[in-house]
Amino acid sequence: MTPTLESQRQISAEIAALHAADRPARQPRLAFPPYRSSILRHPTKDLRPADPEGAELVAPVFGHCDVDPLEADLTVQHGGEPIGERIVVQGRVLDGDGRPVRRQLVEVWQANAAGRYLHRRDRHPAPMDPNFTGAGRCLTDDEGGYRFVTIKPGPYPWRNHHNAWRPAHIHFSLFGSEFTQRLVTQMYFPADPLFALDPIAQSITDPQARQRLVAAYDHDLSEPEWLLGYRWDVVLTGAHRTPVEAA
Amino acid sequence: MNPTPGQTIGPFYGYALPYARGHELVPPGHPAAIRLHGTVFDGDGAPVPDALLEIRQAGPDGTVPTVDGSIRRDGTRFTGWGRCGTDAGGHYAFTTVEPGPAAPFFAVVIFARGLLDRLFTRAYLAADAPFLATLDARERATLVAVREPGGDRRFDIHLQGERQTTFLTFPRHGTHR
Ligand SMILES: [Fe+3]
Repeated sequence: MTPTLESQRQISAEIAALHAADRPARQPRLAFPPYRSSILRHPTKDLRPADPEGAELVAPVFGHCDVDPLEADLTVQHGGEPIGERIVVQGRVLDGDGRPVRRQLVEVWQANAAGRYLHRRDRHPAPMDPNFTGAGRCLTDDEGGYRFVTIKPGPYPWRNHHNAWRPAHIHFSLFGSEFTQRLVTQMYFPADPLFALDPIAQSITDPQARQRLVAAYDHDLSEPEWLLGYRWDVVLTGAHRTPVEAA
Repeated sequence: MNPTPGQTIGPFYGYALPYARGHELVPPGHPAAIRLHGTVFDGDGAPVPDALLEIRQAGPDGTVPTVDGSIRRDGTRFTGWGRCGTDAGGHYAFTTVEPGPAAPFFAVVIFARGLLDRLFTRAYLAADAPFLATLDARERATLVAVREPGGDRRFDIHLQGERQTTFLTFPRHGTHR
């Protein structure tokens, strides 16, 4: 039996009802039924408050033996140039007290310009690009800065509801100075008409918090006759240890 | 400063985040090697084949390593961090060593398609840690990695329902509701 998929209108109405229901939250609601896959995968019991201890207070450490600088350029991983709009995405990783997260791992993955992932379960009938894998890594610098050169990803369809499309996005994986600061999120592009329709982005019910996932076009980052620049800063949760500054 | 919100890891991280030997904190031939393994279940009790787990832990001496080398493992350096995706049956398995007596648990973080933000939990080696005393018996049982014959540890994760694993929130983490 194939269940009938709801329309975007129905999903949008569910989103609007949840946004109106109570106080806006700055983190995604784990129970957000318009995102159908969340229904059986969100905790139904309250999270237990705990004070972080031991290994929770220490992030893993990554170094130059782990990450090659070339991994930050997603356009040079193959023999030729990938198809699409070449962009740079640049920004800083800060902790909840505004301190730069230095020399820490940032990972990204994304669809190609046609909205197709290099993943065996992606069945979107859009072309693969033999010159684009769509995965990158870098280490932040001493100011917490990161920088990826890539191709602007395309939006892609999914089966959450009828005619469902994800807004163009880049997945980001980030670490802080403590394991408790671990973050996986998605970066969106400005003025994307699909953002307001997307139950994953809209699971963050506070509009200002939601906007934090949208990069800014930054003409100062664009390079003539080469690429367009986007800036996106990330703030992790606050640390619990008193930081020890390196001399 | 308010933190940037999280988002689901989605369905397509599998070609990007997992990497060779990410789940081997020590090589399988290490004399003290054990497996920390289990299955991730959804609210219907069905296995979750697209979850990703990471663990952070102290070594046998009780200290948490702060050395690099987790991605390009050289087989000698213990970094105290690992990453493992679940397989088609929802199963994950780390090869590691037990943390020392002063460090009674593996810190665990879980990501999955359908899970809008990461979840933190702990896999304790024994039920007598002070934090566990603050929980009721059912909650406590969900946080203990069961010792199997041979010394492996089994730690199943239930994302929701009556058997739900106890997930943690830390100060400064804000609220999801
Ligand atoms: Fe995606």
